[in-house]
Amino acid sequence: MSVNQGITLKVENIHKTYGREKVLQGISFEVKKGETKVIIGPSGTGKSTLLRCVNRLTIPDAGRIWLDGTEITHPRTDINKVRQSIGMVFQDFNLFSHLSALDNVRIGLIKVKKMVKGEATEEAMRHLARVGLEDKAAAYPAELSGGQQQRVSIARALAMGPKLMLFDEPTSALDPELIGEVLKVMRDLAESGMTMVVVSHEMGFARSVCNEIVFIENGVIVEQGPPEVLFEDPQHQRTRQFLFKITELYGKSERK
Amino acid sequence: MNFFELTYDILPALLKGTVVTLELTACSISLGFVLGIALALGRLYGNRPISAFSSGYIQFFRGTPLLVQLFILYYGLPRYDIRLSSFVAGILGLGLNSAAYQAEYFRGAIQSISRGQMMAARAIGMSRFKTIMNIILPQALRIVIPSWSNELIYTLKYSSVAYMIAAPELMAQGKFIAAENFRYFEVFLVVAFIYLVAVLIVSRALNVVEKRVRIPGLQMAQ
Repeated sequence: MSVNQGITLKVENIHKTYGREKVLQGISFEVKKGETKVIIGPSGTGKSTLLRCVNRLTIPDAGRIWLDGTEITHPRTDINKVRQSIGMVFQDFNLFSHLSALDNVRIGLIKVKKMVKGEATEEAMRHLARVGLEDKAAAYPAELSGGQQQRVSIARALAMGPKLMLFDEPTSALDPELIGEVLKVMRDLAESGMTMVVVSHEMGFARSVCNEIVFIENGVIVEQGPPEVLFEDPQHQRTRQFLFKITELYGKSERK
Repeated sequence: MNFFELTYDILPALLKGTVVTLELTACSISLGFVLGIALALGRLYGNRPISAFSSGYIQFFRGTPLLVQLFILYYGLPRYDIRLSSFVAGILGLGLNSAAYQAEYFRGAIQSISRGQMMAARAIGMSRFKTIMNIILPQALRIVIPSWSNELIYTLKYSSVAYMIAAPELMAQGKFIAAENFRYFEVFLVVAFIYLVAVLIVSRALNVVEKRVRIPGLQMAQ
């Protein structure tokens, strides 16, 4: 796959059906190294399913996915290995509720990467500092605000040293005043050159940070392109309507 | 002989029986604990045969009387040349029985843990087994303490049934003494009191454990 140099993620013709409901009907896209892609679309159109297919938390019925030339969807691929290279951030954080912030970030380093404890602690603290939470290292998830929990979960994913970060509606479960701190971390991450796929309706973030917006509806990509093109001159009436609706809901500029 | 003289007289023998009762309880609750976790995991995460076996086991031991189980082990097995001492048969019977109940408590605790915990652990590359050991069980074991305390108290009290297979525990000692001096009322009053004290100590101890391992925000979702 060296022909695809510079392509971190390649998704090809992904299909997924739950019962009779065709959630994904042939999704294909590529993400170049260092790029940030934002996926938007009405709820129930398979955005989360698509993200979960990328790290095989959900197994697609058909289609193939490559990360840096390794085929994730190949049955013989060691998925636990691949997943270390793909960070995932969930809508409801999913921090390990019996572990402190530090241990949440550290446990993957110790149990998965087999790092010695001292080294893992140092590394984990570095990532907590990166999201501005080194002073909360000893706090348990229930003692943190939603925004802080989400930042810890970003640190947990980053600590594994991923090539790609997936964000599944990372701010949808947050109170409005906590959204800004999470978006700031994500923006810094994008600017530092991380490759990211973000499912989000934060259009301010999309406009100022991402390279491309992908609009999905009913399991297919309706339209994709740079934010300025999609916002100013969408090719499809449906894209225009949807963007208009969420801009009205979420506002145009980024929340600070 | 008044009540206090009598108590003083019979206490040494009863305390000897109490030691046996506590040994019986400790051994069988431990056996039930290990087996109970295995059964709960088997039922929830095992493949079809394992899951079916776990369900069947739980059904059988919860669906038949403890005394019948003890009689099968103690009086039944010698037919196949397996001769267990009454103490061992007692541990085995109480333990196998308790395992079924503990499995159900563990299953409830595990199922109350959000699916997101498993997903998040798998997403950082943790295997299923490691996730169960490092994420699911540590949470489940904390959540289960209140209901598990009940099981320990039950086991402590139901160990008295082992006197029916001649295990020399507290109940058997009481029966033995009362059969000699015919003061059933006083003797069993003392026996009851000893059980009560043991139960109170055990539940207090578990309260302390529960507080010690408590983590903010982690409890059984009601």
